[in-house]
Amino acid sequence: MSDEISTTANDASANAPVKRRAKSRWNISSWNWRGFVSIACFFLAWQGAVSLELPGFTKIPGPSEVVHTFVNDYLFTQSYWNSWLVSFERVFWGFALAQIIGIPFGLFLGTSKLFNNLVFPVFEMMRPIPPLAWVPLSILFWPTTESSIIFITFIGAFFIITINIYDGVRSIKQEHIWLARSLGASRIRIFRRIMIPAVLPAIAVGMTLGIAVTWNVVIAAEMIASDSGLGRLTWEGYVSSTPPVVIVGMISIGIAGYLSTMIVDIIERRMMPWKYK
Amino acid sequence: MTKASITNVKTPSSALADRPASGKVSVRNVTKIYDPEGVHVVALDGFSMDIEAGDFVAIVGPSGCGKSTLMNILAGFDTLTTGEVYLDDQLLAGPGTKPLPGSDRVVVFQQGALFPWMTVLENVTYGLMKKGVLKRAEANEKGIEFLERSGNLGRIANSYPAQLSSGMQRRVEIVRALINDPKILLLDEPFRAMDTVNKNRMHQHLLRIYQATRKTIMFITHDLEEALFLADRVIVMTTRPGTMKMDIAIDLPRPRDHAMMASEAYLALKQQAVFAVREEAKRAFDRGEREMA
Repeated sequence: MSDEISTTANDASANAPVKRRAKSRWNISSWNWRGFVSIACFFLAWQGAVSLELPGFTKIPGPSEVVHTFVNDYLFTQSYWNSWLVSFERVFWGFALAQIIGIPFGLFLGTSKLFNNLVFPVFEMMRPIPPLAWVPLSILFWPTTESSIIFITFIGAFFIITINIYDGVRSIKQEHIWLARSLGASRIRIFRRIMIPAVLPAIAVGMTLGIAVTWNVVIAAEMIASDSGLGRLTWEGYVSSTPPVVIVGMISIGIAGYLSTMIVDIIERRMMPWKYK
Repeated sequence: MTKASITNVKTPSSALADRPASGKVSVRNVTKIYDPEGVHVVALDGFSMDIEAGDFVAIVGPSGCGKSTLMNILAGFDTLTTGEVYLDDQLLAGPGTKPLPGSDRVVVFQQGALFPWMTVLENVTYGLMKKGVLKRAEANEKGIEFLERSGNLGRIANSYPAQLSSGMQRRVEIVRALINDPKILLLDEPFRAMDTVNKNRMHQHLLRIYQATRKTIMFITHDLEEALFLADRVIVMTTRPGTMKMDIAIDLPRPRDHAMMASEAYLALKQQAVFAVREEAKRAFDRGEREMA
């Protein structure tokens, strides 16, 4: 009996699944008001530390000054929003290429012993090299700054994505493959309907970690090697001795990263309906 | 007896279906050695048995007695070292043959192996979609029909496995096997992780299916009571290397219910088997101790 009751309940939720969740996310009454309190407290503490001229805070602008600079000099200028666009483009291409190349690469590493034996040692040797150590070579190798920055961003996400997918392939349940073969599935159907879905959770983890690394790397690369983007904006604030600009840049990067994570999160939900139903 | 049939049977007939023409299994002198050059583990040592078409055979033995090895060989997941296995007088496995799984012998695993990313209906119809045997719509129709027949499971057709209780999951798995009209059902401790109440319900469910289809069933378990309750024959295996220790015919009438477990005939059979099972369990345990030391 208990079986029946529990499944009927599940059935009801199965009829109106993902949409209801999406709605409640945007419902004001369910907003996390504690989050707003925490952000407000953070700004108050920051303003307080600057106003009281606590040690270390003498050269740091308070939030009011930062907001002032932001509204007057940046909010309505095209060059500021252009920095957003440029950084986002770099993140997008680096991330997308890392997925496009990393996913099949990881699948091959996990499924082909020959490929694994030939390639994995080199892969493991290159993996610990920090993406930023690739900057000089990348500039020498690639014809334009743009392509070298995208390459460095790609490197940042590629190894993480690949190693996650490799791990995902190795943890596919043997029973699932056996059963699919018992049920008469061809190799292609096993690949499409068993292996790919089984690896999707690993792909999702790779995406979540990858997008974070991509922002890290793109900002640093822009500071070193570029004359545009949010990283450059922040760095220019420093070299031109205008600390409010540095903070405008930092907060912009934070928001940009947060937005990207949200987008990735939505993609992940779409990818794996069975996990969020 | 009647009480069970009233509460459980959706299909009117509680009579046992006729013995089918196919589903005869013959295991002849099978030996399986893992890692012959290295550790040299003998999982099965000259194991033989014959299963008549339409028989329900339970195989009981301690962990590591080679019962899962036997199942994997039958299912076509693993090779054997020497000996032969025949299904309906056709060679299924012999020395040097490639393991060949098939939809005529589908396994239900102990941990459950529904594909989590497919709905219940997609899981059930997966085998029907091979090489385009059926169109999607036809396969769905057949899937719903089979789910309905198995205790009104049609209502969960669009649920994902994670939304179901383990009992429901196992029922769906049995449907997934049955829909391919297999010659033999291979059940590898399917109810192992369940509590007693659910286990008893699953026993009734399985017996009902057996009554209605009369598929040959090979049921692996380490639970003697379960084996005696379900099967026509209980085979007790020795601890590794696995051989047959005892082969008991269970002549208890069908349909069965749990009240039967208090009957004298049942208790007499249990008495006969319980000592053999205990002895092997102890041997397995002692060997485990030695290996640890």
